[in-house]
Amino acid sequence: MNSLPTQRVLVIMPAWNEEEAVADTVAEVLAADPHYDVLVVNDGSTDKTAAVAAAAGATVLNLPFNLGVGGAMRAGFKYARRFGYSRVIQVDADGQHDPRNIAEVLAGLQHADISIGARFADRGEYTVSGPRKWAMIVLARVISSVANTKLTDVTSGFRAGNDRAISQYLDHYPAEYLGDTIDSLVVALRSGCTVTQVPVEMRPRQGGTPSHNPLKAAIYLGRSVFALLFAFTRKRSVVPANQPGPTPAAGE
Amino acid sequence: MPNLAALLLALAIVTFVLEMLRRKKLREKYATLWLFIGALTVVLAAFPQLLNIASDLVGVQLPSNLLFILSILLLLGVCLHLSWELSGLEDETRSLAEEVAILRTQIERISSLPTNIKSQESDSD
Repeated sequence: MNSLPTQRVLVIMPAWNEEEAVADTVAEVLAADPHYDVLVVNDGSTDKTAAVAAAAGATVLNLPFNLGVGGAMRAGFKYARRFGYSRVIQVDADGQHDPRNIAEVLAGLQHADISIGARFADRGEYTVSGPRKWAMIVLARVISSVANTKLTDVTSGFRAGNDRAISQYLDHYPAEYLGDTIDSLVVALRSGCTVTQVPVEMRPRQGGTPSHNPLKAAIYLGRSVFALLFAFTRKRSVVPANQPGPTPAAGE
Repeated sequence: MPNLAALLLALAIVTFVLEMLRRKKLREKYATLWLFIGALTVVLAAFPQLLNIASDLVGVQLPSNLLFILSILLLLGVCLHLSWELSGLEDETRSLAEEVAILRTQIERISSLPTNIKSQESDSD
């Protein structure tokens, strides 16, 4: 069971009450490439997410209670490591991430350990405004300077990782809010992982609406700065350096 | 002269903590702090003039204020300790939840195998 060929890719899809959208997304991902295995991490849903996802052909990981996106992803990485996947990619269950872009984001792993599908990089029409936009710009600038590469969308959940990234995530992947994107990325960079970004388009969500509440956006700004400051003071992870190909950027 | 009521109260607290410890209702790591607080209260109740000496040394005008600030600091310490322990527990619970989810998926995969494979597996045990 643990001897899967390494070219298989695990598509991790955290899902919390996504019964409307998850079946279509799973079916689209499976249709995109026969090498993809879909793992839907059912994060304590109270609706029929698990049954719908399983019927669509996904493997379902049922968390006994809600752990948040970060917790769901940690469970997914643990699963990937246990079943010998060397490449994973996180895809939202709500259909925002176009499964046809998965191959492009995965291609970024050829020269980096983490590849982010970025929403603002010249493609698509994803826009935000107000404090949320400032937060995203500040975060992108700061993290770009650590990464030695231009990153425009560091809070994107559309990201792929290789074996080294999985090792690093298993060591440190905070389940707190924003910890799964900003904190994990900064600690991964400081631990010697390399990051690249691939421009992708975002599609409108299939269920629910994004919030545009200015108060929430301001809270978002505050928490992201907090998460960033913490990330820079955290302990580095020790990741295996036996990666063939790219040498980690000299960030030490 | 010792304050009898305070002394009795302090002794009662220490006895209660020890009894909980004996019945395994309280883990040692929590009991240590409470026993320390209890012992301090017993000593202060037995020799109230210690408090006057201490407040003179630190420069607190009213001995009772020294007692209050010490109690507040100790309670703050207890609170922080509990939050710390709670965070550890949440981490452990989360790891268990991840583990349980993966094991459940594996078990469901095994039990959905055709029956002939399953019987072969049980034969080989």
